[in-house]
Amino acid sequence: MIVGEQKPISEIREIIAPYRRVLVLGCGTCVKTCFAGGEDETAVMASALRLSLKKDGLAGDIREWTVERQCEDEFIQEAARPAAECDAILSLACGAGVQMVARRFPDKPVLPGVNTTFIGVLEERGLFTEECAGCGQCKLALFGAVCPIARCAKKLLNGPCGGSRDGRCEVNPDTACAWHLIIERLTALGQLDNLRAYVPPTDWRTSLSGGPRKLIREDHRI
Amino acid sequence: MRTPFASKLAALLAQGNFVVTAECGPPRGSDAAAVIQKGRLLKDVVDAVNVTDNQTAIVRMSSIAACRHLLELGLEPVMQMVTRDRNRIALQSDILGAYSMGIRNILCLSGDHQSFGSQPDAMNVFDIDSMNLVHAVRRMRDNGTDMSGFALKDSPRMFIGAAANPFADPFEYRVIRLAKKIDAGVDFIQTQCVYNVERFRRWMQMARDEGLLEDVHILAGITPLKSGGMARYMAAKVAGMDVPEGLIRRMEGVDKKAAPAEGVAIALETIAELREMEGLSGIHIMAIEWEAIVGDIVRAAGLTPRPTAALNRPAAGE
Repeated sequence: MIVGEQKPISEIREIIAPYRRVLVLGCGTCVKTCFAGGEDETAVMASALRLSLKKDGLAGDIREWTVERQCEDEFIQEAARPAAECDAILSLACGAGVQMVARRFPDKPVLPGVNTTFIGVLEERGLFTEECAGCGQCKLALFGAVCPIARCAKKLLNGPCGGSRDGRCEVNPDTACAWHLIIERLTALGQLDNLRAYVPPTDWRTSLSGGPRKLIREDHRI
Repeated sequence: MRTPFASKLAALLAQGNFVVTAECGPPRGSDAAAVIQKGRLLKDVVDAVNVTDNQTAIVRMSSIAACRHLLELGLEPVMQMVTRDRNRIALQSDILGAYSMGIRNILCLSGDHQSFGSQPDAMNVFDIDSMNLVHAVRRMRDNGTDMSGFALKDSPRMFIGAAANPFADPFEYRVIRLAKKIDAGVDFIQTQCVYNVERFRRWMQMARDEGLLEDVHILAGITPLKSGGMARYMAAKVAGMDVPEGLIRRMEGVDKKAAPAEGVAIALETIAELREMEGLSGIHIMAIEWEAIVGDIVRAAGLTPRPTAALNRPAAGE
């Protein structure tokens, strides 16, 4: 899923300050799963903003609405009426959702209420971890299904740096060394010798270096 | 062993000398005198001097420029190059430039992560890793091409080094990694500081058993300890470092004033053991901000005078 976290109320207060009537728009997919922007979080955010405005003696009209997915226009359309009634929209979706909502409502300021952080997993209750960098050329088959591009702080593809300690990353001891995991897993699979092969430089064109990426599915374009 | 060329370090190793290299960290400023002063301390006591590349991710004078200052002093520089700060285009361009200035040796590294430095908010590059860099420099030398396959005019012929850490886990994998670096094109390896000689011996044994020492020169890292505190710190805080408890106690057991001399004594004992080790080609002394001690260590170890190399060095820019 795409993982995000809500911006602090103080920052949100600043970006919505010019607007009187604001629609807090939730998204029921990824950000729901990571507790940043689903229906429940949207309600809590709207209440928190109302309270915060009231405490400062400010008039404001905070409304709320949640759609299934903000990255698909057909769902966003369902918010047309509440959107039309507001001066601005505070989207609690990922950055893609924010931009898609802005496309649907070109005359409305659309503001981000969430910091989109990474593509990750729910590692354990309350802990999300980054697993994929969306590089566009999946190499997980080489690395025992542990991604060194997303999970090694130096994106090393030919083995670990000399810095890991007790299986932890030197950059952040709270994080497992991706190469430790790769070696552990390939050892368990009896495939450690896979790492003997030279991994050539990555072609970053499929990643962010090539500019914004596009995926065309001709079979779905009729 | 690959054919030596205009690198003095390569020639000395090819002649079978037990070589001595040292490390020189460029200044946090633009004064060449700081490099020259360190260079003078190392002249005639070592065969080559590694110049670090913004080590610990702290901005310093560029390795290339500092190498050039050392060349002018008559020293043989080993340009360290990390993949943290430059993409493949900049790395290759700087290698061409370095070679044009007479630099003949390169040590390819990934580099300390920027979070350890003075500007942790910087973006890192890591377009390629150190293995890819070794491979690229080898292609420049042996195929005469850049990474795109373009035939370079006067392609640089660098003597190529890389680092290895015999003490990192898992032990078995370390040899796979060494073999891979040799395949990629490494001519020499400079290792992490050796304090645990037994463990280093096992690593050398393993490399020898795999037949790897036929294809590469290994230089063992030596860092003289200055104090008990430093020993304790390195053991606990420096990633990938193996300082046996006995050594730490020994450093802590002497008077503070006598500690540097004790550190030097340990270094000398280590060097004596290393010189007996089959297949080892030399030592690499990393006396961090203590370059003055290098000459004392080399002389006390009986490693002076340094040998001369028979080679035809092309003039800078040739």
